Amino acid sequence: MTTTIEALSAPPSVPPVAAPPSVSLLKRLQQPRVSLALILLMWLPLTIYVMFGSYLGDPLKSIVLMPAVPATLLLYLVAVTSWRESTVAIVGVTLVFFWLIVAVTVPFLPLADPDKPIAPFAAPGIVKHGHFFLLGADFKGRDMLSRVLWGCQRVLVWGVTATLAAYVVGSFLGLVAGYLAGWWDQAISFIANVLLSFPVMVLFILILNYLGSSGFNIVIAVTFASAPAIMRLVRGLTLDTKSRDYIFAAQTRGEHPLRIMIYELLPNARGPIIVDACLRLGYTTVAITTLTFLGLGLQPPDPDWGLMIKESAKVAMLWRFAYMLLIPALSVSSLILGFNLMADGLREMSLRD
Amino acid sequence: MAEPVPVLECRNLSVSYFTRAGAIPAVVDFNLKLMPGEAHGIVGESGCGKSTVALAIMNYMGKNGAITGGEILFEGRDMRTMTQEELRRLRGSQIAMVYQEPMASLNPSMRIAEQLAEVPLYHEGVTRSEALARAERMLAQVRLPDPQRIMNSYPHQISGGQQQRVVIAMALLSKPKLLLLDEPTTALDVTVEAGIVELIKEISATFGTSLIYISHNLGLILETCNRLTVMYSGEAVEAGDIRTVFNTMRHPYTRGLFNSIPLPGADKNARPLVAIRGQLPLPHARPEGCYFGPRCDHFLAGTCDRRPLPMVPVEPGSSHNVRCARFRDIDWERAKPKPIERAPVTAGGIVLNVEDLTKHYTVESGALLIKAKKTVKANEKITFRAREAETVAIVGESGCGKSTFAKVLMGLENATGGKIGLGELDLANLPVQRRDESTISRLQMIFQNPFDTLNPSHTVGAQIARVIKKFGVERDPRKIEERLYQLLDIVKLPREFAKRRPRQLSGGQKQRVGIARAFAGDPKIVIADEPVSALDVSVQAAVTGLLMDIQRENRTTLLFISHDLSVVRYLADRVVVMYLGQIMEKGTTEQIFSPPYHPYTEALLSAVPIADTNVKKRKIVLQGELPSPSNPPKGCPFSTRCPYVMKGICDTAPPPQREFAPRHVIACHLDEATLLAMKPVITIEPATIEPQTA
Amino acid sequence: MLKLIGSRLLQMLLIMAVVSLVIFAIFDSDKFKKQIAVAELGGFAVSALSDQDYQAWLDRKGLNVPFYDRYFKWVAGVARGDLGRSYEKSEPVSQLLAKRLINTGMLAFWVFALMVPLSLTLGIIAGMKEGSVRDRAVSFIAVLTTSLPEIATAIVLTVILALGLRWVPANSAMVNGWDWRQLILPVLTLVLYDFGYVARMTRASMAEVMTSQYIRTAVLKGLPYRRVILRHALRNALIAPFTIIVLQLNWILSGVVVVEVFFQYAGFGQLLLDAALFGDVYVIQAATLVAVFIAVLSQIISDIGYTLLNPRIRFS
Repeated sequence: MTTTIEALSAPPSVPPVAAPPSVSLLKRLQQPRVSLALILLMWLPLTIYVMFGSYLGDPLKSIVLMPAVPATLLLYLVAVTSWRESTVAIVGVTLVFFWLIVAVTVPFLPLADPDKPIAPFAAPGIVKHGHFFLLGADFKGRDMLSRVLWGCQRVLVWGVTATLAAYVVGSFLGLVAGYLAGWWDQAISFIANVLLSFPVMVLFILILNYLGSSGFNIVIAVTFASAPAIMRLVRGLTLDTKSRDYIFAAQTRGEHPLRIMIYELLPNARGPIIVDACLRLGYTTVAITTLTFLGLGLQPPDPDWGLMIKESAKVAMLWRFAYMLLIPALSVSSLILGFNLMADGLREMSLRD
Repeated sequence: MAEPVPVLECRNLSVSYFTRAGAIPAVVDFNLKLMPGEAHGIVGESGCGKSTVALAIMNYMGKNGAITGGEILFEGRDMRTMTQEELRRLRGSQIAMVYQEPMASLNPSMRIAEQLAEVPLYHEGVTRSEALARAERMLAQVRLPDPQRIMNSYPHQISGGQQQRVVIAMALLSKPKLLLLDEPTTALDVTVEAGIVELIKEISATFGTSLIYISHNLGLILETCNRLTVMYSGEAVEAGDIRTVFNTMRHPYTRGLFNSIPLPGADKNARPLVAIRGQLPLPHARPEGCYFGPRCDHFLAGTCDRRPLPMVPVEPGSSHNVRCARFRDIDWERAKPKPIERAPVTAGGIVLNVEDLTKHYTVESGALLIKAKKTVKANEKITFRAREAETVAIVGESGCGKSTFAKVLMGLENATGGKIGLGELDLANLPVQRRDESTISRLQMIFQNPFDTLNPSHTVGAQIARVIKKFGVERDPRKIEERLYQLLDIVKLPREFAKRRPRQLSGGQKQRVGIARAFAGDPKIVIADEPVSALDVSVQAAVTGLLMDIQRENRTTLLFISHDLSVVRYLADRVVVMYLGQIMEKGTTEQIFSPPYHPYTEALLSAVPIADTNVKKRKIVLQGELPSPSNPPKGCPFSTRCPYVMKGICDTAPPPQREFAPRHVIACHLDEATLLAMKPVITIEPATIEPQTA
Repeated sequence: MLKLIGSRLLQMLLIMAVVSLVIFAIFDSDKFKKQIAVAELGGFAVSALSDQDYQAWLDRKGLNVPFYDRYFKWVAGVARGDLGRSYEKSEPVSQLLAKRLINTGMLAFWVFALMVPLSLTLGIIAGMKEGSVRDRAVSFIAVLTTSLPEIATAIVLTVILALGLRWVPANSAMVNGWDWRQLILPVLTLVLYDFGYVARMTRASMAEVMTSQYIRTAVLKGLPYRRVILRHALRNALIAPFTIIVLQLNWILSGVVVVEVFFQYAGFGQLLLDAALFGDVYVIQAATLVAVFIAVLSQIISDIGYTLLNPRIRFS
C-alpha cells in the first residue's frame, strides 16, 4: 500500500486523451526524434569543422558550420522549455549553450584573427594600432576576446567526443558485467579495479606520454580513465533492474541477451546516466584544460583555454596582467559550472517525479 | 454522571499537501471519537488518506503537508495549539505509533536495547539500568523468545515478525493511552501476521490502551476493532459500530467493497464477485459532490453531484453515520448487484505433469581459499498435474519455493532432478534458449507487482506487439496491430492505450496489460504469480474476473500462485499447499478446505482474516517464524512450528505421503485417525446468514 | 575482516605487478632511450654518435636487453629495497621519492585537516533541513567551488591574495628554504576544490537520512531534536561521506600534480610529471607504485571504515 504522499505525487494516470488539434511547433520540436535530429545537425558540422577543418578547403570550411547555427538556437529553445521547472537547470543550460552558440557562430563573428600578434600587453578596453581590445591582448599581442571565444571549440568538441567514447565503452562493459555476471563480471571488474587504482592524472600522464599528445589520444586517455567508473555505475543500475519482472518476462520469451541489455535494460538506466554524463562532461573539460596546461594535451598554436593559461602563467604573474590568466580560467569555470548545474537540475527533476 | 472524556477526538479535521500543482486536500472533514479502551479501525484503499490521519494525529506532517482545519483533541486538549515541547512530551509516552515497515522504522545502526531504553530514559527520567531492565521485560511481554539476545542485536539480525514485535514493545514501553497502528502486518507473512494480531488484541485487553488500527483489510479490522470508519478519497463515508456496519452497511462504497472481496460462499461460477467499476479519482480531480458518484450504481444527477454532503446518522441518535445523499432511498435488500452466473468448466486432459521435481542451489560463502558450500533446497520432490482449463493454486508463504518453481518451469533454471512433462516434452532440463518458439509461447506468466511487470521505457503497444512478433503469431505489421487492438479489447482497455507508457496507467490497468501480454501468444498454460495481491480490493475483483473469463474462453490452464486462501478458495479447482519447498497437502479445493487437514493447512486457514461476522474460526496461532530455506529443519520442514509435533519422529524423518481420497494427498507423520478427527476451521453459522455476504 | 584485508592486499600486489610490467613495456621505446642518451651525453654528442657506439652505450647502460629482463632485474632490486637511480636527476630514486613525498604529505595533511571538518559541518547543517536558507547557501557555494577546476582556483586565489592584496607569495618553490607562507595558496586551492564535493555528498546523505522512516520513529518517540540529530541521524549520515573522504586521497594525488606545477612546489606530483615527460622509467615506476599503493590503501581503509560504521555489513 503506497502512502498518501506518494499517491498524491504520482503522475496523473489518465491525462487528457485528445491531443490539441494543432500541435505547436515547440511541442513538435520536443519530440525525442526531432531533438535528436537537431543535436546531430548541431554536432556533426561542429565536429567536422574542429577535427577535420584543416582538410577542408576555405570556402567549404565556412559553409559547413551554417546548418549548426539555427539548430543550436532551436535546441536551446527546446532545452529551456522542457526544463522550465528547474531554475537551476535553466541557468546551467544557458551557460552551456552560451559556449555552444559561440562555438558554432565564432567564424561568422567580426573578430580579429586569434593568432595574429597586434599589440603585446594591450590592457582591456583600450584601442591600440587601430584595434579595440575589449578584453586586452596577451603577451604576444593577440586579441584575448577572439582567442577566448575561438578557444571554446576545441574544449567542447574534444570534451564531448571523449565523454561519449567513454560512455559507449563503459556502458557496454557495465551492461555485460551486470547482466551476464559470473566470469564476465569478474574479468571486467578486475580490469576496472586496476584502472581505478591509478590517480586519474597519473593515468592521463602515462597514457598521453606513451601515445603522444593529440585530440584523438585525449579521447583514448579519457576513455581509459572514465570508462571504469561508468562501467561501475551502469553495472549497479543493471543489477538493480535485472531482477525486475519485465526482464524476467523478456527472458522467458527467449530474447537474446544482447537485445535484453540494449533494449530492455539500457533505456531504464538513462536517467542516472544522463545526470552522471553532465558531471563527467565537467570532469573531462577540467582534464583537457589541465592536460593542455601541463603540456600533454592539445598543441599550439590554435587558441585553447588551457594553452592560454600555460603560456600566460610564465609571464603574467603581475597584477596588471592578471586578466590574461583570469579570462581563460573563468571561461572554463563557467562551462563546467553549466554542466554541474545541469546535472543538479536534472537530478532534482528526476527526484520530483 | 458526566460522560467520560474521549481519549482522542478529531473534529472536522482537514489535511492538505502542498505541491507545485497547488494545495491538494488529502483528508477532508474527518471526525472520530475514541473512548478509553476502545479499538477503532480505519479502512480504505490506497490514497484514501487513512495514513495521513494517523500522521496528523501525531502532528507529523512532513515538509509539504499541513493540517488546514479542524481540531484534534487528546484527552480534551487541542493538540494543534500545543508547543513543540508539549508535543514531544506527548509523543512516545501518551501516544505511540506502530508502522507499516518494521525494518525501515528501526535505526539500522543502533542496538535494539538502546532504541528501546531511550523511551523511558527521556520520558520518565529513570536511570539507564532501570530503562534497560524495563525494555527487556517488555520484550518478554510481547512474547519474543530470548529477550537478552534480541536486546543486543541490530535490527537486521532479527526477522520481520520479530522486528514488528520490537516496534510494538517500543510503543508500549511508556504505557501510552493511545496506540496508532498503521498497517502493522501488511509486510508480513500470513501466519506471522496472525501472531501479531493476537498480540495486538491482548495489548488492548491487558494494558487498556485505546487503539486506532489502520488497514486495507476488512477482515483484520473485524478481528481487532469495536468501531470502524470507512474512508474513500480523503473522506469518511461510513462510520459506526463494527457489527452494525458489517451487517447493515448504508453506503454504496462499503457495499461495493464487500461485494468485491471473496468471502466463504462466493463461487466463481455460481456467485462471482462484483467489482466496483471505474477507478479512484485522483486527489486533484475529484468529482463534484459525492466523490464516489461516478462509480456508484445509485448515482442520481441533481442529488449526488452537489455539496455540502455531511455525515448524517442513519437513524436519529444512532452512532452509525453515513455520507450519502440517497441512503434512505436505496432499497438495501433488493438493490443487490446481480452477478452474472457462468456455467462450470469441465477440465480436459492432462497438460502439465510435474513429477518429483527437485531444485537445489549451492551457495558459496567465505573468501578466496576457504569456501563453505551450503545447499538450499528450494524445491524438493514436487509432484502434481494440471489439466486443460483447470485452475491449480499453489499456496505458500515466503520461502516456500514457488518462485523457484516458476523459474524452472519457464526454463531460466535447470532442475536438479525430476521431470516436467508438457505434452511429450520434458522441460526440467530444457533451458529457454533451447526451447522452440511454440514451446515458449505455450507457457506464459503474469507477474505480481504492477510497477515491475511492464518496461517503463516502452509503450504498452510496443511491448505487446513484441510478443506477437516474437512468437510468430503474426508477421505483417498491419496484422500485428490488428491483433494488438484485439488483445486490448479483450482486457477491456481503450485502444489508445497502445501509445501510452506504463507510468500513465494505474496499477489495475498495468495488470490488464500484463494479462494481454501473457495471452498474446495463445498460451496453453499461464502462471499467475499473485497477480492481484498488490492491487486495491475493488480493483482485484475486476482483474481476477477478467483473468478467469479469458481463461474460460481459451481453455487455458492457470497455475495460480498465492498466499491468500480466500482468493484461492474462490477461484481454484485444485490446490497445492507448499512449505519450505515441499508439498504438504494437495487436493481439490473442497478437500483442502475441509478436514482432514495437514496441520500447516489448518494453521493457514485459521490465519486468514475473514470479513464476515457470521464466520467462526477455530484459533490456531503458530509460534515462531518461518525458518530460512537455506537452513531447513530436519525431518518434516514444518516440525519447528507444528502444534502437533511429535518429538523424535517429526524432526528426524521426512513425513510419509498418504492419500485420503483420490488425489487428496497429505504429507504428515500424524496417524490417520488424528487427521480424520480434525474439526473444520471455518464454520458459517447458518442462523444469521445475512444478505450482505453475497 | 582480516580475510577482506588480506584479499585486498593480494589484489594490490597483483595490480602492482601488472602495472609495473606495463610501464616497463611502454617506456622500452627507442624514443625514450634516445631521450636518456641526450640527457646524459648531450644532444650534440648523441647525434654525432655512430650506430655502433650508440648500441655500445645502450649495452653499457643495460638498456639493450628485452624489457622483461630489465623488469625482473628491477623486481629483484625492489625486493632488496633498491628502487634504482633516476636517469634525469642522477640520484637514487628512493632518496628523491622520500624528499618529494614528505613535501606532498605536508600539503595533503593540511588540506585534509581543513577540508574534512569544514565540509562535514557545512554538509550536515545543510542536510538537516532540506530547502532551508542555510541549505541553499551551502549548496550554492559548494557547486560554485567544485565547478572551478584546480587550475582556475589557483589562478583566482593567486590573483587576489598574491598579486592583488600581496598577503602571500605567489610562488611556492621555496628556493630560500622552508617557508610556511608559501604553503598557503596550494593548500587553499585544494581545500576549495575538494570541499564542495565532500560537502555535497554529506548534505545528500544527511538529507536522505532525515527523510528516512527511522528518523520519523525517533521523532515520534518524543526524543528531543538534539538527540534525534546527534544519536540517530549523524552516524547513519556519516557512513557515505566517510568512504568518500578516504577516497579523496586518490583525488588529492591527481590535484597535487596541477597545483604543484602551477605553484612550482617541489612535491610528488611535479616529480611524476617531470619523470613522465623525460621517460625516467625508474622514477615513474616508483611514483606509480606509490600512487597505486596509496589508492588501494585508501580503498582498504574506506572498506574497513564502512564495515565498522555499518553494523548491517559488520554482522552478516
